[in-house]
Amino acid sequence: MSNVPADLKYTKSHEWLRTLADGTLEIGITDHAQHALGDLVFVEVPEAGRAVKAGEACAVVESVKAASDVYAPLDGQITAGNPRLSGEPETVNAEPYGEGWLMRLRPAPGALAAAQLLSAAEYQQVLDAEGG
Amino acid sequence: MAFIPHTDADVAAMLAAIGASRIDDLFDEIPAELRVRTLAGVPEALNEMEIGRLMSERARSDGTSLCFLGAGAYEHHIPAAVWAVTTRGEFYSAYTPYQAEASQGTLQLIYEFQTMMARLTGMQVANASMYDGASATAEAALMAVRANRKSQSARILVPTTVHPHYRRVAVAMAANQGLTFEELPYCTEEGVIPAASLARYDGEDVTALLIQQPNFFGRLEDVDALTDWAHAHRALVIAVVNPTSLALLKAPGEWGARGADITVGEGQPLGVPLSSGGPYFGFMTTRMEFVRQMPGRIVGRTLDTAGRDGFTLTLQAREQHIRRAKATSNICTNQGLLVTAATIYMSLMGPQGLERTAVACHARTRELLAALTRVPGVRLAFAGPCFHEAVLQLDRPVAPVLRTLARDGILGGLDLAAYYPELGHALLVCATETKTSADIDRYRASLGEALQAARAA
Amino acid sequence: MSIREKVIFEYSHPGRGASDQWPHDPGAAALGDLPPQLRRTRPPELPEVSELEAVRHFTRLSQLNFSIDTHFYPLGSCTMKYNPKACNQYAMLPEFLARHPLAPESHGQGFLACLYELQEMLKEVTGMQGVALSPMAGAHGEFAGVAMIRAYHRARGDAGRDEIIVPEAAHGTNPATATMCGCVVREIPVEPSGDVDIEALRRAVGPNTAGIMLTNPSTLGVFERRIAEVARIVHEAGGLLYYDGANLNAILGKVRPGDMGFDVIHMNLHKTFSTPHGGGGPGAGAVGVGARLLPFLPIPLVGRDGERYRWLTESDVPQSIGRLSAFMGNAGVLLRAYVYMRLLGRDGLQRVGEYATLNANYLLKRLTAAGFDAAYPQRRASHEFIVTLRRQARELNVTAMDFAKRLLDYGFHAPTTYFPLLVPECLLIEPTETESIDILDAFVTAMSQIQKEAEQEPGRVTSAPHTMPVRRLDDVRAARQLDLTWKPTAQP
Repeated sequence: MSNVPADLKYTKSHEWLRTLADGTLEIGITDHAQHALGDLVFVEVPEAGRAVKAGEACAVVESVKAASDVYAPLDGQITAGNPRLSGEPETVNAEPYGEGWLMRLRPAPGALAAAQLLSAAEYQQVLDAEGG
Repeated sequence: MAFIPHTDADVAAMLAAIGASRIDDLFDEIPAELRVRTLAGVPEALNEMEIGRLMSERARSDGTSLCFLGAGAYEHHIPAAVWAVTTRGEFYSAYTPYQAEASQGTLQLIYEFQTMMARLTGMQVANASMYDGASATAEAALMAVRANRKSQSARILVPTTVHPHYRRVAVAMAANQGLTFEELPYCTEEGVIPAASLARYDGEDVTALLIQQPNFFGRLEDVDALTDWAHAHRALVIAVVNPTSLALLKAPGEWGARGADITVGEGQPLGVPLSSGGPYFGFMTTRMEFVRQMPGRIVGRTLDTAGRDGFTLTLQAREQHIRRAKATSNICTNQGLLVTAATIYMSLMGPQGLERTAVACHARTRELLAALTRVPGVRLAFAGPCFHEAVLQLDRPVAPVLRTLARDGILGGLDLAAYYPELGHALLVCATETKTSADIDRYRASLGEALQAARAA
Repeated sequence: MSIREKVIFEYSHPGRGASDQWPHDPGAAALGDLPPQLRRTRPPELPEVSELEAVRHFTRLSQLNFSIDTHFYPLGSCTMKYNPKACNQYAMLPEFLARHPLAPESHGQGFLACLYELQEMLKEVTGMQGVALSPMAGAHGEFAGVAMIRAYHRARGDAGRDEIIVPEAAHGTNPATATMCGCVVREIPVEPSGDVDIEALRRAVGPNTAGIMLTNPSTLGVFERRIAEVARIVHEAGGLLYYDGANLNAILGKVRPGDMGFDVIHMNLHKTFSTPHGGGGPGAGAVGVGARLLPFLPIPLVGRDGERYRWLTESDVPQSIGRLSAFMGNAGVLLRAYVYMRLLGRDGLQRVGEYATLNANYLLKRLTAAGFDAAYPQRRASHEFIVTLRRQARELNVTAMDFAKRLLDYGFHAPTTYFPLLVPECLLIEPTETESIDILDAFVTAMSQIQKEAEQEPGRVTSAPHTMPVRRLDDVRAARQLDLTWKPTAQP
C-alpha cells in the first residue's frame, strides 16, 4: 500500500503539496507515483523565478522505462527547484515526501483558494479507484 | 517457392492444426470487396541467375568515371577489411539492439564509435548516428531550440556557404515546428562569411548559428571569430564538418573560446562508398550538458548482475517509444551498418592514417588547382585557404564543358549555376587521395580541349 | 560461458597501425597554405592497431550478436525475415558503389531504371498513384507523409487543420511524427476486440482534423475490419488517411492500402521488402500517395521520358514538401529492395502475405494449445499475434521480460516485449514467412519448457539469461552514471 500522509494536500495527477511557514508551497510527487515510475534516473526541476500556471508542465521525472511531466497545481511563481535532485534523482524514490521534494512555489493571490486540491482521504479514494 | 521453405505436407499439417481448409481462409476478416486478385503490374519472377545478369548489365551500362565531384560525397580508399567484416551476417542481419544480452557486439561497437566521434570532433558525447549529414543538420537545429533556453525566437542563422541541399533539408524538416532559417550572405570575393557581417544581428534574439567547415566552396571559415560572436550573443553554435578534414583542422570543440555546442556532419568519407547518395550516416556530438536534448540512440556502458561490464541503450526516455508526442525526435533507427563500417575504417586508419589521408587530399587538390588554372580561361574563384575542394571560374558556361568531359569519362565537378548564379560560370572541383598525377593531367588536358572546342563552336 | 572482448582502444599501441591502407606521405610542404590558427593541435585519439587486430576484434564483436543469419528472430512489428544474399551482392556491384550522387543522368541510366521500376512495382502492390523513394527510414517516411497532409490542407487554404488522430495502440513514432510536423495529437481508444472505437472516432473528427494515422493490421496483430467506415468518417470530415506500413507484410498481395481508402502510406523496405536491418539501419521508408497528394511528394523522384530516365526535382514538382536527404536517400537499400521484388515476382509477392499469416496462425494455435493465453483469442492472427503472460506474472511472479531473457538461452531471439502498452505482460510474436515449421515447433517446445521452469524453479527464469556474453544489465546504473565514451583507467 502506498503511503499517503494525512497532513498534505494532493492532486489527481499524483502531486502532493505542503504549506511552509512562509506561506510558500512545497511540491513533490506521491509515493504511489514514484513507485509506478520505478527507479528514477533523471529529474528536471524548474528555475527559481519562473511564473507558472495551474496545469502547466514544470518538472520532468524519468525512469528507465517511463517519463512523466509534473504539473503546477496552481498559479504562482517558483521560488526554488530542489538542487539535490540533479545529482541524486533516487532521493525521490527514497523520500518522496521529504528530501525528494521537487519545487517550491509562491501561490498567486487567490490561487490557493481556487485550486481543486484533495485531502489525504480523497486522494486515497483516487488510488483505490485506479487500483480497481 | 522463393525463400518460403514450406512443403505441401507442411502446409497441410499447419492448416489442420489451425482448423482451416485453405490458406485463403486465414484472410476471412478482410472484407471480400477489398481483396486483390493479382499484382499484374509486377513482372514475373526472375531466378538469381537472371537477376544477376540484369543487374550486371545495368551496372556496366552506368560504367565508372574518373571522379572530381565532391560537394558532400567523397571518393576515398576503403580498406577491403571494412566491408568484408561489415557484411558478416551477424552485423548485417541483426536488428536494433533492444535485447542487450543478445546484441553486445552491436552495442559495444556503437560505444566505440561514440568514443571515436567525440574524440574526432573534440566534443564530450556522441549519438549512435542519424540518417545522413543533411538530416543531422536539421535535427541539430531542432536540438538547439530545445537546448538554448535563453532564446525564445527559434531563429537559426544559416550562412549561404552551407551546403545548399542541407539548407533545404533543414527547412523541409524543421520549419513545420516554427523554426526560421535566416540566410547569411557570403563575401563573393572570399567565399566565406565575414565575421563583421554578423554585427547587424547585435542585440537580437538568435537561437543558433550554423557554421560549415570547410564550407561548401571548400573555403575555411574564421570559425573562432564566428563562434565567439555567437556565444557573446547567447546563441549556440552548430558545427557542420567533414570528418576527414578533422585530422588536420581544428576540432569544433576548440572553436573560439568555448567551442561549438553541437557538431554534425556527413559520415560517408569514413569508409562508406559513394553509392549514388546512400546509405550514408550522419553523426552528431555535443556537450554533456545537452545530452538529454540530443535525438537518436545512445549506448552506455554499465554492469550486469554479475558485476561485469556490458553495454546497453540508455537515456531512452528521450525517445519516441516512451515519450511519444513529446519525444526529442521521431527517429528510431540509426544507420547501424554504416556506423559499423566507419568504426572499422577509423580503427584501420588510426590517427596517422586519417591525417595522411587528409594531407593527401589537400595536396592533390592543390595540385589539381595548379594544373587546371594553367588552362586558358580558368581561374580560381576565391582567394584564401581551402581544404579538399575549391571553386573555379570558367570563361564560358560550365554545363556544356562538363558534358564534353563526361563523354571522355571524366566527372569534372559540380556546375554551381543553379545554386549560386551570382558566381557566373563557377565549377566546384574536388580531388581526394585516390587521384594520381596522371589523373590530374588527364583532366587538365581534357578540360583544355573542351574549352577550346567550346570557344571554336 | 564468459566472453569479454576488450574495447578497441585497449588494443592500441602508439605507432602501430594498418599502414598499408594509408596513402603515401606527401610531406609537410603540402600544408603550407593552411593557417596555423585553423589547424588541429593534437592528433585525434583514434585506436592504433594492426589490420589483423582490427579484423579479429570486430569479427569477435559480431559473434556476440544474434541475427537472422544465425537465429530465429520473431521480433513482432519488425519483420525479421531472411535477407537474400543476392540482394546484397547485386546492390554492391562496383559500378553502383562507385557512382557519385551528383553524376549526370547519362552515367546512371541502369541505376535509375532500377529505381523507376521499383517505384512502379511499389505503386502496384500498394494501390497508390505515386511513390517517392528518398525517405531514409520508416519514421522519415512518416514525417514525409504527415508533412504532405499538412501541405495539402494549406494549399487548399485550410491551414487550421492541425490535429492528427492516432489510436492509443499506435507505435510511438506516430504521435512523435505528428509533433515534428507541428500537429496536435488526439488519441482515440480501441475496443476490446482490437478494432478502433468508431464512436470515439466520430467524436474526435471535426474542422481541425488533418488526418488519422493507422496501422492495419494494427499493432495488436489483428485486421481493422471496419476500415471502409473509418475512411468514410475521416474523409467526410475533411481529413486524410495515413497508412503506417509497419505491418504491410501481413497483407502483401491480399489487400492494398490504396483500395482501403488510404491517401498516403509509408513502406518499411527493410521489413516487407527484406532489406537488411544492419543492427539498426539503414532502412528505407518509401512513401506512396493517392491522387490528391501527388503534387506534394518529396524530391527527388525518378521520371521517364521515352527511353530515358531522369531525376524530377523542384521544377517538376513545384509544390513538393521538399528535400529530405542530401541526395537520393538510401539508394543502396533501394537497389536491394528492387532485386528482392524481381526475385519474388508477382506470384512470390502474393505468397509473402499468405505464408507470413499461415506461420503466425499456426504458431498462435500451437502456443495456445500448449497453455499460453492469446490476447485476442477470438480473432485471426495477422502476420503476428500477442501472447499475454499476465497469468504467469500474477501466479508465478515470472514476467514477459523473464520469458524473453530465458528464450535467449534456448537460442531464440526474444519477441517484442511490453509493446503494445495496451496489453499487460505481452509478447508480440512475428515469425515471418521464411521460417519453416521445424523452427516454429522448436520455439513452442522452448516456450513450454520455460513455462515448466517457471512453475518448478522460477529463479532459473527470473535470473536468465545464463549463457549470453553478459547477464542482465543494470539499466538504472547506465542512465544514472552515464558512461557514453571510453576513457583510459589509471594503470595499477
